[in-house]
Amino acid sequence: MADVALLTTSDGRPLAQALVQAQARARRRAFFLVLPLLLFVIFSFILPIGQMLHRSVYNDGFSASAPELGAWFAQNPASTPPDEAAFAALAADLANMQANRLAGEAGTRINYVIPETRSLFTRTARDAKNLTPPYQAALLAVDPKWGDPALWQAMRAASSAYTLDFYLVSADFQRTADGSIERVDENRQIYIALFVKTFILSAIITVLCLLIAFPVAHLLATLPMAKANLLMILVLLPFWTSLLVRTTSWMALLQGEGVINDLLVWIGAIAEDGRLRMINNQTGTIIVMTHILLPFMILPLYSVMKVIPPSYARAARSLGATSWTTFRRIYLPQTLPGVAAGSLLVFILAVGYYITPALVGGADGQLISNLIDFHMDRSNWSMAAALSAMLLVGVLILYWLYDRLVGIDRLKLG
Amino acid sequence: MALPPYADPLERVWHRTYQVICALVFIFLIAPILIVIPLSFNVEPYFSFTEKMVRLDPTGYSLRWYDTLLTFGMQAPDVPREGAWYSDMWANATWVQAAKNSLIIGFWATIFATVLGTLAALGLSRPEMPYRRAIMAILISPMIVPIIIIATGMFFFYSNPCGIIGIECGRLTSTYLGVILAHTILGIPFVIITVTATLAGFDQSLIRAAQSLGANPRTVFFKVVMPLILPGVVSGALFAFVTSFDEVVAVLFIAGPEQQTIPRQMWNGIREQISPAILAVATILVVISIALLTTVELLRRRSDRLRGVTGR
Repeated sequence: MADVALLTTSDGRPLAQALVQAQARARRRAFFLVLPLLLFVIFSFILPIGQMLHRSVYNDGFSASAPELGAWFAQNPASTPPDEAAFAALAADLANMQANRLAGEAGTRINYVIPETRSLFTRTARDAKNLTPPYQAALLAVDPKWGDPALWQAMRAASSAYTLDFYLVSADFQRTADGSIERVDENRQIYIALFVKTFILSAIITVLCLLIAFPVAHLLATLPMAKANLLMILVLLPFWTSLLVRTTSWMALLQGEGVINDLLVWIGAIAEDGRLRMINNQTGTIIVMTHILLPFMILPLYSVMKVIPPSYARAARSLGATSWTTFRRIYLPQTLPGVAAGSLLVFILAVGYYITPALVGGADGQLISNLIDFHMDRSNWSMAAALSAMLLVGVLILYWLYDRLVGIDRLKLG
Repeated sequence: MALPPYADPLERVWHRTYQVICALVFIFLIAPILIVIPLSFNVEPYFSFTEKMVRLDPTGYSLRWYDTLLTFGMQAPDVPREGAWYSDMWANATWVQAAKNSLIIGFWATIFATVLGTLAALGLSRPEMPYRRAIMAILISPMIVPIIIIATGMFFFYSNPCGIIGIECGRLTSTYLGVILAHTILGIPFVIITVTATLAGFDQSLIRAAQSLGANPRTVFFKVVMPLILPGVVSGALFAFVTSFDEVVAVLFIAGPEQQTIPRQMWNGIREQISPAILAVATILVVISIALLTTVELLRRRSDRLRGVTGR
């Protein structure tokens, strides 16, 4: 065999080498087709989100306007009680803040960790340039709060622009006077409670969607095609209808003076003064979001159920299984991929929902997205960013799970 | 689904119940969308059916909310409806402006998303594509990441897009371009999903056949690939358009007063003072979505026929 020459292409290159080159070229070609979009998505989607999340660990609201105090903190270790030099630095910084109108911003930064300190800063800064030595006594005379070790601890923490304070606050923790970290009182634990509520409401909505979607998907999958196509339009129409339109029509339906209440009063099911409250509360959020997310459950279930061969169920029946056993042991296990796909998708979408809770959720039907918006509204950007980061991590874990279990390329829309 | 002939009475009862449940679910899906249509013709400012409407008395119905819709924001809504009135409406009516903005933004966002998305889908569908799964996950993520996070991220970035490299170069917030770029991002996953789904059934040997017959890559694309994937591309484009046409959160954060769209205007209407005029807008939008859905369904059937797929 030694005399058999290496296989070559017509122009004399070894075949293996030519193949490798051709494959590399094909890979490059495929990649170059995707590249423009990939760059666009990275630059106008991933980068902005990354930049926003950076704000959750970076806030120079205090550090930028308190350089003197920053220098004092750098020279003295954490356990040093504030001396006259420290108070002098504080007085100088406060006067400087007043001159540059930064007292509010600096106070807001400390306010995250110790409530009601914003006004302390603005109030004291107003007359800071009239303060005279000894500064310690002068500042304590303005407000004894300036002697609070917890406040000094917070200012020390805020004198560096990089901080984990916002994550602490978002997880309902606070700093104590000696610098340790503790849980806030139970009745002030709003953030974790809201995360939990968001997940519970999303779970309820997912289960409701699954229960409602299952029989319909089964019907669509087993009907003759012409009929199924017709009914499919009833599933797809809500999917194509504006979210705001669907939310608006639910408002018309669910209001106290709305269609459903009128109907119930008219048929005598409820009294005129016993009209049901179905909107501007959690019930409203659950009903409307279930309706809006239902197609996302029906479509994956349907595409799985459609390919389940009916012969398995028939075989089970012919071997003596009852219809219930057949359903439980034969049919249901085969639908599980669809159940997983639909449930995960609905849950992921529900956790990040914003519009519907904002419009029909009232006070107790708000989700975590609405709280992020609340903080954005008040320019508490670092808080909004920290909450966003926590929500995003949750969503990305679910997304990863979805890709593992279902595969992103199997996502279908109608 | 037909009941098997060996079903016992209990199964027959259950089968009936099952059919009733399905019917109720379909009512649950559709009724809330269709209910706005008759309600929008209510002569009274209520969100429910009046007695006259139930009796089908014509005096219970009117077009007054459509009229309100059209004249809202006009400088002189009460002059006779002639040339001047119409030009006033075209130039000043709030909802007409919103509709124009929605169409402009939707059009460009659709073009960008469709062109970029189709190219990427062509690459992603090639068996040689490296890192296919990871890249696909990135490109689909705008559909998964909560909209409020996308909108806040874009708000900061578009306020000073060059800030990241430390220079000033104007802003994208309160500009059409900013909103269009944001909507392009949101529309891309839909284009990718529909076009890759179409390409999944695409017979790659058709390309080789065309090449062996002497076609250059351009001819192959325009004469062989494009006609076959066109239905998928068009339905992806329609999805992208609807996404933009229905989007409100990014508009809330990025758009200025010049770029108010229909959903933004609806958002105002719902939050501030909800009047049946909103139902009139909703009715118009429902009619548009029915038209779009019909188009997509027809396209899908055509695509299945072209690819030789029978059944769904």
